[in-house]
Amino acid sequence: MTVKEQKVVELENVVVRFAGDSGDGMQLTGALFSDSAAIAGNDFATFPDYPAEIRAPQGTVSGVSGFQIHFGHRQIYTSGDLADVLVAMNPAPLKKNLMWVKEGGTIIVDTDTFTDKALEKAGYESNPLEDDSLKDYQVIKAPISAMTKTSVEDLGLDIKMILKSRNMFALGIMFFLFNRKFSAADEFFESKFKANPLVVESNKRILRAGYSFAESIEALNRITYSVEPAALEKGTYRNITGNMATAWGFLAASERSGRQLFLGSYPITPASEILQELSKHKSLGSKVLQAEDEIAGIVSTIGASFAGALAITSTSGPGLSLKSEAIGLAVMTELPIVIVDVQRAGPSTGMPTKSEQSDLLQALFGRNGEAPCIVIAASSSANCFYYAYEAAKLAIEHMTPVILLTDGYLANGSEVFKIPKVGDLPEIKPPIAKANDETYFPYKRDPEKLNRQWAVPGTEGLRHRIGGLEKEDIYGNVSHDPENHQIMSELRAEKVQRVVNYIKPQEIIGPQKGELLIVSWGGTFGVMMEAVQEMQKQGKSVSLAHFHHISPLPKNTEEIFKNFDKIIVPELNLGQFVLYLRMQFRQFKFEQYNKIQGLPFMVKELVDKFNQLLEEK
Amino acid sequence: MQTDIVNLPVLTKEDFVSDQMVKWCPGCGDHAILSAFQKILPEVGVKKENIVVVSGIGCSSRFPYYVKTYGFHGIHGRAAALASGIKITNPELMVWMITGDGDSLAIGGNHFIHVLRRNLDINIMLFNNKIYGLTKGQYSPTTPAGYKTKSSPQGTIEHPFNVGELVIGAQGTFFARVVDTNPKMMSEVMLEASKHKGTSLIEIMQNCVIFNDKIHADFASRETRDDFQLHLVHGEPMIFGKNKDKGIILKGSRLEMVTIGENEITEKDILVHDKHQRESGIHVLIANMKPPNFPRAMGVIRSINDFTYESQMENIIREEKENSKIKTVDDLLNSGKTWEI
Repeated sequence: MTVKEQKVVELENVVVRFAGDSGDGMQLTGALFSDSAAIAGNDFATFPDYPAEIRAPQGTVSGVSGFQIHFGHRQIYTSGDLADVLVAMNPAPLKKNLMWVKEGGTIIVDTDTFTDKALEKAGYESNPLEDDSLKDYQVIKAPISAMTKTSVEDLGLDIKMILKSRNMFALGIMFFLFNRKFSAADEFFESKFKANPLVVESNKRILRAGYSFAESIEALNRITYSVEPAALEKGTYRNITGNMATAWGFLAASERSGRQLFLGSYPITPASEILQELSKHKSLGSKVLQAEDEIAGIVSTIGASFAGALAITSTSGPGLSLKSEAIGLAVMTELPIVIVDVQRAGPSTGMPTKSEQSDLLQALFGRNGEAPCIVIAASSSANCFYYAYEAAKLAIEHMTPVILLTDGYLANGSEVFKIPKVGDLPEIKPPIAKANDETYFPYKRDPEKLNRQWAVPGTEGLRHRIGGLEKEDIYGNVSHDPENHQIMSELRAEKVQRVVNYIKPQEIIGPQKGELLIVSWGGTFGVMMEAVQEMQKQGKSVSLAHFHHISPLPKNTEEIFKNFDKIIVPELNLGQFVLYLRMQFRQFKFEQYNKIQGLPFMVKELVDKFNQLLEEK
Repeated sequence: MQTDIVNLPVLTKEDFVSDQMVKWCPGCGDHAILSAFQKILPEVGVKKENIVVVSGIGCSSRFPYYVKTYGFHGIHGRAAALASGIKITNPELMVWMITGDGDSLAIGGNHFIHVLRRNLDINIMLFNNKIYGLTKGQYSPTTPAGYKTKSSPQGTIEHPFNVGELVIGAQGTFFARVVDTNPKMMSEVMLEASKHKGTSLIEIMQNCVIFNDKIHADFASRETRDDFQLHLVHGEPMIFGKNKDKGIILKGSRLEMVTIGENEITEKDILVHDKHQRESGIHVLIANMKPPNFPRAMGVIRSINDFTYESQMENIIREEKENSKIKTVDDLLNSGKTWEI
């Protein structure tokens, strides 16, 4: 490579979006770019943006597939709002994604694809590369298709095959702009195309051709960027999606508790990857039943729990609705199960590929009778691992169903994950009843936690019957006695309430006392954190209490609320957590801020809202 | 499952009677079924703590409370799913599922066909009284067309299921039919079902004295039972009747009821029962027979061997444990692409 005068600008964090037709390999391009960020020691988070249809018409806006990565020298909490760089492989991806590019941002396009036909398909009336519609951006016009072909023409490969590697040319341009190394991509080619050295060679060349092209055209006026390593703790890291982390958290809980893992689940977007992931790991003894429907998913789970397994069912909102009756059965039989609800936009089928936080009230209250459940929520793709683990621990140790809420963003998004040692995770102690224990009764309770014991079929001397009919206190026989029903209803509620003694107190980020407290929960943590940090930089008094434990709420919740002048609860729904808080803490005034568009919050809109609230007297 | 046959303590029926008062109506067929069941449990060759009885909702589904084993009274229609979770988790357990025509063929229809298709080694007793008893007298999916009930005062306008046809259509590997007035046959069939590897389905023609009394009278009453019940024996000709002179022959693609000695019919013409035959055609025809043109076929109609879900799953787990590099969750966490900081 010839050395030219290049100016390297250091950046704190960058958002890049790759967009193309569904066949353009954007997910792979994104993944390889993420790998290069990992090698550079950056923190990062990613999010794929798939079309809702499996094979939407090529070249149209509805068929666009995207991948966004946010990487940085600083800690990264979300996959980012607006992109600094957009790579658009065709006109349709440009059309669809332009609204997500920062003003002044960089756009890389394959000019060869901007034919009249393609422009028409994408819905353009005139060519955006020729009119002035992109004047506010820095556009790198690259004849990617043609140069991809030229770079490997002597290898004698099929043209169609060569053009499939167009994405590697684009990746090469990005590698140049961000001073990335080829090594991870090269390794990928070598292992993926082991059987075909020519294809390895071709991909390597195309990648380098993209790099050299960017260098030779002095793209962006000879400026390239560097994002220095983030100050991450020492350790071994990997990239992990929320659904994968959820599945692995349960595997860890199974190993640590000594209870075999059972998953009963019916495929549903965006939760299916949990089912698929656990199906892969039979070497760890996990048993997975792909059930005939959502109801069979949870009821088989209850059966598995009765038989002594760490039993899980995974679903999304519509599936949670179908599981309601059976959750009541788990409440009544006081068996440990975990129900994972990967939330999506509802009601009904809603927008399956879009995320939302609108199942909270269903999780808390969506059952017949008084049927309290523990409800907890993960807040990042990586910490799905820890909350899945905690959900399993709480279910087993308190002998009660736990609903774990995640959402489409956490589930499909990925993050850098510091790999823990299973041995360092908190112990899980299943309250297994001992064989031939003459003092055993099915509904005799632990005096502290109020859980009953787990008497697993196959154990000598503990034969007993349970079921969905009301149970007699201690003995567990069917009972229609009025006073007994009151006692049992209160015991079931109290058992869940006492979980507060076994969960961490609520943390506050920022000052413990102040003008404004932001109260959020679940998948919005990252964007809240970014908004709070930005406001703190502006010198504003603002703190964040982001909840993971919803039912019960941590003990110190009320204490925290007392210390702030104003409280605002932003949620991706019409105000469900705020309603729950208003029910429990009538003494406080909770402001709310709601968005329900199937889109995440943007940092800017939050900062504007919070500032507005601070200014109001 | 039967590995623990040796050294089993000698048990009696009383070892399986729970301390709960039986609350079915006097005269209900369920009493006889319960008794026949408790009688065979000492003989199934499984430790008493390894037996689990599960049910859904309905009169029949109170059954687990009365049997002193591990028991689970589930929710309406879902017993098959409950049983599946139990059996998959611990294949050592012998799982019995008690259900009814409403529980399994209406609200639980989906689970019913899928448990059969998966061929989990579960023994299902379906009490068919052709009525909803616990909700007091509405028609069920097996109620004959035109039949008047509380919810069909002008007669039903639905086609009923034939349980055997449904079971075999859903890939069931074992189907038997018994009647609650024949305790000896009930016990024999239950015992045979317990030995079958795969889902066994016993349709028990059960009489509801309150809401549907004598619904099975066309083949089960004192007057009809000899001439309208064919007691199937594997390898034996299908001969029945008070005088043992009636039989079933195959004519073209249909069955026909004949009298031996008439129209030159001899015993050699009579169809021989083969419950192990894989092709299900004849089994379906036999299961569908009913008065007045045919007897009801009683006993084991179909019993074929095929792989079970849980044994396949255990095999896969064993192979994966042997072959996979991932032996612990720590291995998993550190598998694939990782990097050091």
